[in-house]
Amino acid sequence: MSVENPRPGVPGDDVAAALLERFDSAVFHDSHGQAVVYLDRDDWRDAATFLRDEQEFTQCVDVTAVDHLVDDTRLVVDGVEPERFEIVANFLSHERVRRIRTITQVPADAPTVASLTEVFPGVNFAEREVQDLFGVVFEGHPDPSRLLMPDDWVGHPLRKDDPPSHVPVTFKEDPGPR
Amino acid sequence: MSDGARDTDATVTRDELHEVEDEFAREVAASEKREDARLLHQTDEADQEMGDRSMTEVVLTGGPWPDDDDTMIVNFGPQHPSTHGVLRVMVELDGERVLRVKPVIGYLHTGMEKTAEQLTYVQGGTNVTRMDYASPLSNELVYALAVERLLDLEVPERATWIRMLMAELNRMASHLLFQATNGLDLGALSMMLYGWREREMVLRFIEKVTGLRMNTNYIRPGGVAADLHDGWEDDALELCDLVETNLPDYEALLVENPIWLERMVGVGVLSTEEALSVNASGPILRSTGFGWDLRKAEPYLAYDEVDFDVVYAQNGDCFDRFRIRLYEIYESIKIVRQCVEKMPGGDYRADDLKVTPPPRARINESMEALIHHFKLFTEGFRVPAGETYVAIESPRGEIGCYIVSDGSGKPARLHIRGPSLNNLQAMEPMLKDTIIADAVAVISSVDPILGEVDR
Repeated sequence: MSVENPRPGVPGDDVAAALLERFDSAVFHDSHGQAVVYLDRDDWRDAATFLRDEQEFTQCVDVTAVDHLVDDTRLVVDGVEPERFEIVANFLSHERVRRIRTITQVPADAPTVASLTEVFPGVNFAEREVQDLFGVVFEGHPDPSRLLMPDDWVGHPLRKDDPPSHVPVTFKEDPGPR
Repeated sequence: MSDGARDTDATVTRDELHEVEDEFAREVAASEKREDARLLHQTDEADQEMGDRSMTEVVLTGGPWPDDDDTMIVNFGPQHPSTHGVLRVMVELDGERVLRVKPVIGYLHTGMEKTAEQLTYVQGGTNVTRMDYASPLSNELVYALAVERLLDLEVPERATWIRMLMAELNRMASHLLFQATNGLDLGALSMMLYGWREREMVLRFIEKVTGLRMNTNYIRPGGVAADLHDGWEDDALELCDLVETNLPDYEALLVENPIWLERMVGVGVLSTEEALSVNASGPILRSTGFGWDLRKAEPYLAYDEVDFDVVYAQNGDCFDRFRIRLYEIYESIKIVRQCVEKMPGGDYRADDLKVTPPPRARINESMEALIHHFKLFTEGFRVPAGETYVAIESPRGEIGCYIVSDGSGKPARLHIRGPSLNNLQAMEPMLKDTIIADAVAVISSVDPILGEVDR
């Protein structure tokens, strides 16, 4: 079930408008007053480079992911083909005191996306965290090791199909672990 | 054993007898030789010593450590007392010079973002407040603001001001904690007692308002948990006066202490470009001469209605990071005093029955109110599908909350952008080409809270 988009495709935001003009596949969404641009996976790094070089964006403050495997209702924006994973990047321009968020869809059968570390080196930890907890591979990341989980951990805990705990708890006089 | 074997033993014994005799003869000869040598040594001591010296040559050089593959990797932590919890740092050294630094984290990872998906929006506050345990109210605030944005909920003015008051008191407590631990890490042990003393005064006020010293779950979606107590104005003003009169002691203890200055000034220097490129924020970014504070840049709550200054410094060293946190306490005191002065009246939580529980008095007399209360605290409230990112200035920098709602009573995804996690990346440029003895000063000046780094 899709939620109705209040202002489909009308960027009230000049940065979003510039992104839409540059990238044909980009879709604008006004999310509670915040500018969000949905991008094609192939444009992911190019859009970040564009924001840095031509729109004076100085930091990519955060990269994170969402697993939409079991959502009851999902926010679906017109013109965006929903996939299981969404990668979300929040950009900040200190010069212009502006923020913009870009989101790309990543399918479950090929969970890879280009790394932004070449453009914004500060996303190093954030991308490692996403790769660790969601199993989405960032191509071109300089240190793609696990960040939070142990190196020998199997699975990606923030995926919706990953059980909350792998460690069975055995109580006294129990026939077996539960 | 068989007879044959015994026979063999006997023959061997006979052969061995000869061998033992031979060996005895050889040993006698050897001992005579040794005796000769000893006598020679005693009689010709000077010659012997000259001979030894010519054989072994001792080379003493004070030159640099031989290059290539002679670097050493030293492991700090995760149980090192100066790492504020369980931070592990791998340092590659060339002699005493630091070549590379790699923070290894995850020792306090308890899956709080996964936990958040199991908790309702009402319960969520108890989870996020435990992330940055030195400034729990910032976590609650950013979470509450994000949920309210998804609900398009307006909170009353009094709730906004109470939130600002508590956030600033928490900033004071957090920075006082930093003063204490920073002194402790660098061997100024008495500083710890002073910092702890003032922090405890602030926490006592927070306890009086919220019921708990830490992990308060006081700021909730829709407002705050309880109104301020009677006479809070006097308590707050008294607290401000006490902290303000005691802060000059800190300068006397530390800033006028040449040993302490030696360890802080010019150590762990960071430039603005480096700070921006490693996603640093808060006092670390401000210490490089970049006056960026979200309270001024993107005013939230009522920060545009109070008068305060953004503290920033130019050198980007450990001393500047210390000074910024010290002077931010004065700015927080300023904001707290204005909150006392301008605190508006009215309700302390939103007038929206969907998120606000009924008052205690109503529950006693109305069955509907009891059911409403029960439903709210067991099932929580539903939030329309959507996503949002809200960022505020925590004592450590930009703390952000990204929430995705799927229309149910629990968030589909809750992510906290931790300032400490990102600030840890600044350790690499800060420590590069300094000496290993400065590592503790630099780790301390980053002021990481590992609960929020690992979440």
